[in-house]
Amino acid sequence: MATALETVQDYAAKAYKYGFSTAIESDMAPKGLNEDIVRLISAKKNDPEWLAEWRLEAFRRWLTMEEPTWQKVHYPPIDYQDVHYYAAPKIKERPKSLDEIDPEIRSTYDKLGIPIKEQEILAGVAVDYVWDSVSVATTFRAKLEELGIIFCSVSEAVHDHPELVRKYLGSVVPAGDNFFAALNAAVFTDGSFVYVPKGVRCPMELSTYFRINEMNTGQFERTLIIAEAGSYVSYLEGCTAPQRDENQLHAAVVELIALDDAEIKYSTVQNWYPGNAEGKGGIYNFVTKRGTCRGKRSKISWTQVETGSAITWKYPSCILQGDDSVGEFYSVAVTNNAQQADTGTKMIHIGKRTRSRIVSKGISAGRADQTYRGLVRMQKGAEGARNHTQCDSMLIGDKCGAHTVPYIEIKNRTAQAEHEATTSKISDDQLFYCRSRGIPEEDAVALIVNGFCREVMNELPMEFAVEARKLLGISLEGSVG
Amino acid sequence: MLKISDLHVAVDGGSKPVLKGLTLEVEPGEVHAIMGPNGSGKSTLSYVLAGRDGYDVTGGTVRFEGADLLELEVEERAAAGIFLAMQYPVEIPGVANNYFLRQSLNALRRARGEPEISAADFIKKLRAVAEQVGVGQELIKRDVNAGFSGGEKKRNEILQMVMLEPKLCVLDETDSGLDIDALKTVADGVNSLRSPDRGMIVITHYQRLLDYIVPDFVHILADGRIRKTGGKELALELEEQGYEQLLGEAA
Ligand SMILES: Nc1ncnc2c1ncn2[C@@H]1O[C@H](COP(=O)(O)OP(=O)(O)O)[C@@H](O)[C@H]1O
Ligand SMILES: [Mg+2]
Repeated sequence: MATALETVQDYAAKAYKYGFSTAIESDMAPKGLNEDIVRLISAKKNDPEWLAEWRLEAFRRWLTMEEPTWQKVHYPPIDYQDVHYYAAPKIKERPKSLDEIDPEIRSTYDKLGIPIKEQEILAGVAVDYVWDSVSVATTFRAKLEELGIIFCSVSEAVHDHPELVRKYLGSVVPAGDNFFAALNAAVFTDGSFVYVPKGVRCPMELSTYFRINEMNTGQFERTLIIAEAGSYVSYLEGCTAPQRDENQLHAAVVELIALDDAEIKYSTVQNWYPGNAEGKGGIYNFVTKRGTCRGKRSKISWTQVETGSAITWKYPSCILQGDDSVGEFYSVAVTNNAQQADTGTKMIHIGKRTRSRIVSKGISAGRADQTYRGLVRMQKGAEGARNHTQCDSMLIGDKCGAHTVPYIEIKNRTAQAEHEATTSKISDDQLFYCRSRGIPEEDAVALIVNGFCREVMNELPMEFAVEARKLLGISLEGSVG
Repeated sequence: MLKISDLHVAVDGGSKPVLKGLTLEVEPGEVHAIMGPNGSGKSTLSYVLAGRDGYDVTGGTVRFEGADLLELEVEERAAAGIFLAMQYPVEIPGVANNYFLRQSLNALRRARGEPEISAADFIKKLRAVAEQVGVGQELIKRDVNAGFSGGEKKRNEILQMVMLEPKLCVLDETDSGLDIDALKTVADGVNSLRSPDRGMIVITHYQRLLDYIVPDFVHILADGRIRKTGGKELALELEEQGYEQLLGEAA
């Protein structure tokens, strides 16, 4: 009979279920990156002058920057000239109604379990669908417009709401922030834009599904969410990609801005293709996500369930500028087989009595390696600020690794940060107990892991919690013993 | 329904023999009590029946309803109808007790090709059984066994057993750690499952439990074998004389 370890190893051999690709005509830029390509993207997107300039400046900055190497992940050098920086499904215009969406694209979303029409009607969730680099559909728009909420693709926002985009784009993650953010600023092609006016509570989840389809393309989307004073919005992104032998680059930027008393809840269920069991293929997920609690008593909450990607490099952060503002980071990261993740958060306390809470649950199986890297910084003025960090790792098998690297910087004597960390294993006792009650081994692993992650799963909006729960099980198939 | 013949089991990677030729037959409707000194291999027997790793069968056979039980995986044995109420139930943090039980019940049903139980039917059944075996509503919602007292854990095992309606119930020292009132409720739960088509193996250290769950047979396990078998009065004799004297006579 299998030991817990052997079962993990068997699980590790299971296939990625979203790994099909769709044959659809697309409009692609030639491979490579130079000023002409950046200009080509500007032209394709019909950028206004200021944005075209912004991109070029970012590109020039990028040329002077070095790819970061401090993170604990290993990969062969990326040839940035071997990537297509623009790929869009060939649609002459954005579909006016959902019925006009290319049937191939629709059927792909169907296969992913997110039929465009049904999702809209049944779940009451407004969804933006981003295909390779371009947003293909946004549902429920009219209903949101009645409340003054803008939910559209960034490309549309650039044209329809230029004053907002110009004011906020790059205000949280500047174009030259880091190597990947600079790359994104130069070549980003789409993403979601959300604006919630003063005092409005967005009545439904806003959601974006990102799908990389083309081969050798990078996906560089950029999301911008602005919550005006006293408003509330909950936003969710989901991500999948076809199974390919080459690695594909995903370098997104997300910027959140919360003004006085506003709250933004940002949830991610990330399931990019992780590569096969030997570590061939998979997405490089190098993402910069940052939110600013600019207003007093504002709140930004990041919740993420990350099961995909060959390599993840990602630190959703909160800049707690407004007095009494709150930042939260709830994370589940699963790495199996040859996956690597260096992920965590940054909480920068600037305002008085700002509070932050970090709950990180890392699960490692197979030969995977995972690092939690978190920074909690209390600036001089952060009178009475508080942080609590809980960092738990679970190991499945004995060939994987989990590391915790907390950085704590406190420059105000009245500020306090607490850090707790645990490491556990799924025990043979637990597996035997579940199995003796009829629960097959793989389901037992999923059950135990879901239990381990419950605090984080509870933060997800209901519909997505169900999806995330299943995903955890699938990701760990072939992992336990 | 269960036929154990000349069973030899070793632990510690096969280096330490524990059961050395154990033979036992259980027919439907029968309740067999197994008593024995500490370390005599009572839990080992229960684990071997449930299929736990680390208990190596080095000889003999176990047949359950005509099939070779030793060929089956742990979950397959559960689906075949074997339930083990464990001596030391395990904690599963973050997994609600009621959720766990429903997963278990549905897994068994799926394995048997039966439809899953509806949420409403499940809740109804759980309420009734919980009341019967004295498990409070609060305990049902807590994480599986997490922070339960010894008695609560045992009662929870019986709750699961009554809910899952196994064909063969194996109870490993379910009475240890229970006060007299709890013992009675637990025994009531077990007795409610007694039926002409269900067999039971009740492992205990004390005669006391057998006042409430009256066995058809009592076996004394020592030196890795069943050393003496009798009716329910054997437990009383054992209580009076102790293992040494009783087995001294048998030897
Ligand atoms: N997993 C195990 N590894 C090593 N030794 C074990 C293991 N399980 C049981 N034993 C040993 O086998 C013997 C019988 O144990 P057990 O079956 O628990 O007895 P009982 O339940 O009758 O008290 C004891 O000596 C015990 O230490
Ligand atoms: Mg025992």
